Amino acid sequence: MTYQPQKDFGTPESRSDEAVSLTIDGRNVTVPAGTSVMRAAAEQGTSIPKLCATDSVKSYGSCRLCLVEIDGRRGTPASCTTPVEPGMVVRTQTPHLAKLRKGVMELYISDHPLDCLTCAANGDCELQDQAGAVGLRDVRYDVQATHLGQEKDHSNPYFDFDPSKCIACSRCIRACDEVQGTLALTMEGRGWDSKISAGLSSDNFLGSECVSCGACVQACPTATLVEKKVVEVGTPERSVVTTCAYCGVGCTFRAEMRGEQLVRMVPYKDGKANRGHSCVKGRFAWGYAQHQERILKPMIRKSISDPWREVEWDEAFAYTASELKRISDKYGRNALGGITSSRCTNEETFLVQKLVRAGFGNNNVDTCARVCHSPTGYGLKTTFGTSAGTQDFDSVEDSDVILIIGANPTDGHPVFASRMKRRLRGQDGRQGAKLIVIDPRRTDIVRSPHIEAQHHLPLRPGTNVAVLTAMAHVIVTEGLADEAFIRERCDWDEYSHWAEFVSQARNSPENLQPVTLVDAEELRAAARLYATGGNGAIYYGLGVTEHSQGSSTVMAIANLAMATGNIGRRGVGVNPLRGQNNVQGACDMGSFPHELAGYRHISDGDARKLFEDDWGVTLDPEPGLRIPNMLDAAVDGVFKALYCQGEDILQSDPNTAHVSAGLAAMECVIVHDLFLNETANYAHIFLPGSTFLEKNGTFTNAERRIQPVRKVMTPINGLEDWEVTQRLAQAMGLDWNYSHPSEIMDEISRLTPTFAGVSFDRLDEAGSLQWPVTADAPDGSPIMHVDGFVRGKGKFVVTDYVPTDEKTGPRFPLLLTTGRILSQYNVGAQTRRTENVVWHPEDLLEIHPVDAEDRGIKSGDWVKLASRAGETTLRADVTDRVAPGVVYTTFHHAVTQANVVTTDFSDWATNCPEYKVTAVQISASNGPTEWQEEYEALSTRSRRVETGIPAE
Amino acid sequence: MNTVERLVYMANQIATNLATDDAPVAAVADHIQQFWDPRMKRLIFAHGTEGLSPVAAAAVRKLADAQNAA
Ligand code: SF4
Ligand code: SF4
Ligand code: SF4
Ligand code: FES
Repeated sequence: MTYQPQKDFGTPESRSDEAVSLTIDGRNVTVPAGTSVMRAAAEQGTSIPKLCATDSVKSYGSCRLCLVEIDGRRGTPASCTTPVEPGMVVRTQTPHLAKLRKGVMELYISDHPLDCLTCAANGDCELQDQAGAVGLRDVRYDVQATHLGQEKDHSNPYFDFDPSKCIACSRCIRACDEVQGTLALTMEGRGWDSKISAGLSSDNFLGSECVSCGACVQACPTATLVEKKVVEVGTPERSVVTTCAYCGVGCTFRAEMRGEQLVRMVPYKDGKANRGHSCVKGRFAWGYAQHQERILKPMIRKSISDPWREVEWDEAFAYTASELKRISDKYGRNALGGITSSRCTNEETFLVQKLVRAGFGNNNVDTCARVCHSPTGYGLKTTFGTSAGTQDFDSVEDSDVILIIGANPTDGHPVFASRMKRRLRGQDGRQGAKLIVIDPRRTDIVRSPHIEAQHHLPLRPGTNVAVLTAMAHVIVTEGLADEAFIRERCDWDEYSHWAEFVSQARNSPENLQPVTLVDAEELRAAARLYATGGNGAIYYGLGVTEHSQGSSTVMAIANLAMATGNIGRRGVGVNPLRGQNNVQGACDMGSFPHELAGYRHISDGDARKLFEDDWGVTLDPEPGLRIPNMLDAAVDGVFKALYCQGEDILQSDPNTAHVSAGLAAMECVIVHDLFLNETANYAHIFLPGSTFLEKNGTFTNAERRIQPVRKVMTPINGLEDWEVTQRLAQAMGLDWNYSHPSEIMDEISRLTPTFAGVSFDRLDEAGSLQWPVTADAPDGSPIMHVDGFVRGKGKFVVTDYVPTDEKTGPRFPLLLTTGRILSQYNVGAQTRRTENVVWHPEDLLEIHPVDAEDRGIKSGDWVKLASRAGETTLRADVTDRVAPGVVYTTFHHAVTQANVVTTDFSDWATNCPEYKVTAVQISASNGPTEWQEEYEALSTRSRRVETGIPAE
Repeated sequence: MNTVERLVYMANQIATNLATDDAPVAAVADHIQQFWDPRMKRLIFAHGTEGLSPVAAAAVRKLADAQNAA
């Protein structure tokens, strides 16, 4: 396939149901009302020359290149700003139009450098194309000097800005405003003097508000804004559609290639999760795939104090299998376990849990979703009957009230945040949705351009349940509950029991204010708004789940949605924002020790039989160990071997000292990853992994959307990850013979009712499918619980607030909460190996000015962060984003090791760790702690490879 | 915390959070049955009820009895 950019229809699609017929160049066309003449023409295959219009943003009508003639109208209207009308007769090509267009083009070209042959965008430039399209052959004007010879801005690590090539079409500004919602760009001056600038004219891109999403680069018709990679490598020759491997939004991209080399990732307009938008990670931060520190050969060693020894794959598999067999013989089969990854594909995850259940012969399989969204699984399954969010992303367009709790979408889920912000700003005369934010920090979305939350409830970390119960109190006692909905859809007795509980005086906002620190009047107003403001949608993140009452909080959220009838249609719902790309998928695939694929308990004999017959084995009916339990068992000396795919538990799991003690007590730790991560410091076997660019499979995003991941290049480590697991299984004597991941999906679909209609062919055809995909819903299910809850009647669960046992006191008076930022991802193993470090070179500790002053701390100072579990040092950032008494940091950098200080308190139902609340003390410091220094030394020692050069 | 101490802690935490259930003892027993691996159950049975809240203790006893009966 030769390279073709995606078709540009010139103006956005109209969502009207009304059809309008008209004639363009003698041909009849029918389009939705509100469509522009330009788009109608494009849909029938006629491209009208254009410069300032593109279909990602509203038309602007400034270039005058798209003129047409319309019967009965005077002059030559611009087709991009003229809506279609019934019976209209339009001509797009006449001698008169040709002359006008040539004139316009001539003016543009006279102000543009004529260095097409050496321009990076040569062959992929709309100005060049349009000059050709209007038949421009020579320019009668003197080349003007206004725009030429201006200095280029190279400050952004991924794209250049060359103002000399700018034609002042403002597509970039509109993209930044409308698509991204950052409003970083402005136009200064007028006419030929106009100039685009990021922020003030003294700013460059890097210094401005720009978040490097790339929307402006995508919108720019010239080489003014262009990817550095295109400048370096040249324009692409072919493209493959695939899915971003970073976050749970699951953006679809075109991987644009030159041979085996990736030139750029361009957001795909037909991607249903992202609708043509992207963030800095997916769009630009894929350089880690070729990073020099990537490990390409398997390595083994007897003891973790030995250097690594590179071996061939065959030896690695034989050795691994023999070690696992030895340990199983010596300590019993329950001494083995595995961890699946939320970064790997569904098919890879499925194989790892199959290897554990069918090969190791136990259910000791868990996934890193344990430490993020396991409470979502528990809470939504209990209340609604299914462990997943209820909506698709499009649903937000119909929301009237958006409630965000414990999530920071502009950093964590940026592309979805842009859509949410668009709805919050309002559009086309439609009033914006109202916003309620419940978060200890003043996150960016609370106040951003043209957005101001109606209510921000800055609660004390750890009091989510109290705040939600108080909201329920207001809704029930003020008679705002939707009783008709509850009677029809939920168990009325359970509701009554719950309503009686929340109505108790002890659950009033006033009574709980001393605990939550949330102003009672503000909370009442927020509750009233959610209950009565129209379609109310709740979005939540790890600030909900990572608490000792994480599961209770999820159920409290579900209670609120049911009590107000906000379930089962567009615009409403309960939506977990998933952290990593395939958290949903990892959970769906049976990665939890108590559950088979499709959330069927391992004690369910019928479900087990299905798998037993298919796999030809007997399965253990008892649940296996969860990650924290594996570590406890390891310290006790009974858990000895771990296969860990694509996870870095040492860095990502709480209480690092406990994790390292557990790992150190094992005899065989197998790390299957791209890099020698922190866990690999304790590993005996390293199996090199492949990136999402090098394999086929599927990811499932936060909307339950199953999306294809397509191989665009050969794995440089030699094997796709599913092949590694299969070869290991074969070495252990299992008769596995998959020749392609599609066969694994066929097996998943055969064994999992909600995946019954899923296959690679169906996915290729539909682009993506949202489970359940069944005989009743062959095209998937964008919205769940439409006519009834999956479990039958919705279940109200009483959630009593139980304070965490992690308490502040004189020694540890502050509460630490943790989070993430836009440019980095999880433990940072990938993003730290890209240019994204310019935005986040280190983890910082946010502290309120009052607390900082008490301790004599200024921004930029080194501080010691100490808890009951341990201590670390990092630099301070004094800011009133956090409330007094609360401090905040991220966990992207290994040197900071924020988890050295987190404790092993965890959610009562799922053992999801309580990352979001740790009692700490902050004091001035002059450098790294002993732990940091020792750990640094251990890492250096542990990463030695016998062939000479240390790997990292 | 050693493993047994942690199991006692977990059982109490489960009991506290299920205290408002209609049948808290059964709910706690069911939770432990569904989510703890066999060794964790064995350890808490062997440990007995020391340090357990009344509901947690009753739930552990209930499970242990069921196990012995089986
Ligand atoms: S990269 Fe994104 S945020 Fe930056 S200026 Fe362009 S559109 Fe705006
Ligand atoms: S930078 Fe590109 S998109 Fe922006 S005004 Fe100039 S030519 Fe148009
Ligand atoms: S929002 Fe998430 S899925 Fe989309 S490009 Fe960014 S990291 Fe990738
Ligand atoms: S494309 Fe219509 S005026 Fe520019």
